[in-house]
Amino acid sequence: MSPAIEVSDLTKRYGDTLAVDGVSFSVEPGEVFAILGPNGAGKSTTVEILEGHRDRDRGSVSVLGIDPAKGGREYRDRVGIVLQSAGIDKELTVREVLDLYGAAYTRRRPLDEVLDAVELTEKADARVRTLSGGQQRRVDLALGLIGDPDLLFLDEPTTGFDPAARRRSWDLVRNLTAGGKTVVLTTHYLEEAEQLADRVAVMSGGRIVAEGTPESLRANADRGTVIRFALPAVHAPLSELIDPLVGDASGRDRRIEIVTMAPTSDLAHITTWALGHGIELQGLVVESMNLEDVYLELVADDAGATS
Amino acid sequence: MNNMTLLWRSFRAENRIFWRTPIGAFFTLGLPLIMLVLFVALFGNEAIGTQYGEITTAQFYAAGLGVFAAASATYTNIAIGLSMRRDEGILKRVRGTPIPPGVFLGGVILSAVWIAIFATTVMVGLGIVAYGVELEAAKFPAMVVSFLAGTICFATLGVALASVAKSAASAPAIANATILPMGFISNVFIPLDSPPQWLTLAGDIFPLKPFAVAFTEAMSPFSEAPAFEWDRILVLLAWTLLGLVVAWRKFRWEPVVGASTGRRSRRSTGTSA
Repeated sequence: MSPAIEVSDLTKRYGDTLAVDGVSFSVEPGEVFAILGPNGAGKSTTVEILEGHRDRDRGSVSVLGIDPAKGGREYRDRVGIVLQSAGIDKELTVREVLDLYGAAYTRRRPLDEVLDAVELTEKADARVRTLSGGQQRRVDLALGLIGDPDLLFLDEPTTGFDPAARRRSWDLVRNLTAGGKTVVLTTHYLEEAEQLADRVAVMSGGRIVAEGTPESLRANADRGTVIRFALPAVHAPLSELIDPLVGDASGRDRRIEIVTMAPTSDLAHITTWALGHGIELQGLVVESMNLEDVYLELVADDAGATS
Repeated sequence: MNNMTLLWRSFRAENRIFWRTPIGAFFTLGLPLIMLVLFVALFGNEAIGTQYGEITTAQFYAAGLGVFAAASATYTNIAIGLSMRRDEGILKRVRGTPIPPGVFLGGVILSAVWIAIFATTVMVGLGIVAYGVELEAAKFPAMVVSFLAGTICFATLGVALASVAKSAASAPAIANATILPMGFISNVFIPLDSPPQWLTLAGDIFPLKPFAVAFTEAMSPFSEAPAFEWDRILVLLAWTLLGLVVAWRKFRWEPVVGASTGRRSRRSTGTSA
């Protein structure tokens, strides 16, 4: 099957600023693809070009086999766009809004089904004005789905949500995408990309600085494993514990943190040492470097390289 | 779904939005009616000298203020409504759907014209019922034609104004700063018997006076049936074309980056006088 999206050497300039600087990627049908990056990284511009909202300066873009810049009505009939910045007429009811926009699509999902999917059945006849912020965002989502699109764009779907609301909407999005819909998601929350996406492209300074599954990003950016624990008051010399380690140890107030590329042998040494001295290691934790750390380093590396 | 059905839906949605914003409805429909009542009460329903001849105050104002209400319902409301909805990202949403731009804007214009018909009908109706204004059936076609030419012209100019206004904060200012001065030199607020020549000329060039004169002549007892004022209608057509060209070239679906996003409501800005 040909890719749902194919982008190569995409470039967009605003005045003196290169907002998007030679970006290439492709998205397979049924894939949830996240573009992750801080504000100003170029992700919104990239997606708006894919949506047909912006022209590009250079490069080729094919979405569902169509060039979005020339696709017009036929193209818009096949994509659903959920934009953070797109408002809704607040004096209309949820049902009226869905009815109004839904009528424009050739393929149309039943209104009740869509309302049910975004859990707004109860609010169908409420004016949009009376809904909470989260409920309005779900109307957004419903509008993205009403035309039964082949491809759904989600622009920062949970920005401004509290953690609980964010989790609920992740569940919602997961349910919606379980049916094998192709989704392009932009976000500046790493956890969101990790939760929802099959594949992630990290953007910074208009370029893709890393790309892969969340797991492979973690692995490629192999910065080791962290071992943490707290020591009780000990009499044994710490050098006996620290010196043989492969990794780097740091400590404060008896809390020790070791970052190591050899977690197995280091851990074996630590536990042997502790057992030998009859010491219990309080709060022993072994974890791979947080993807957050990896992400921040990628973005920081890039900022360092360009400045 | 075909375009006519979409147009109908868009028209219906626009109408709902209008009627559900009571303050907007008040400015468009209520205020001109209050002005009619006040003017007739203040000046008495006497025969007054106008360029149409000696007609009653009510006869003059029912037509003039009817035209003013129609211009508010189209020009002012469209300019403010569209620029407000652009700032809120609603136009951007529309652009991302398969709704054709012409169908969306067509719905906006049709709805405004429909509301203008309603406003002017109520105005003229009040004149007939309360103040003895008389219409002649033979001049009815001229009333309809001049009314449609005027409202379509001002609706197009409303879209054009929304196209050049940077934000929802500037649209009402521009709309009011253009329509109100026009009101004073256009046989709308004040009957002009023999104004200075340059004011006559200014009035004749801008679109409100041609609209008011064409419509009032069609209602005047002194005009001769069928009372079509084709030269006035021609001026309206020219302005319609100008509005179309500006709208075609300048219409934007997205907020202007860097413009102050005035999210002021209709309440604080008013939609007309």
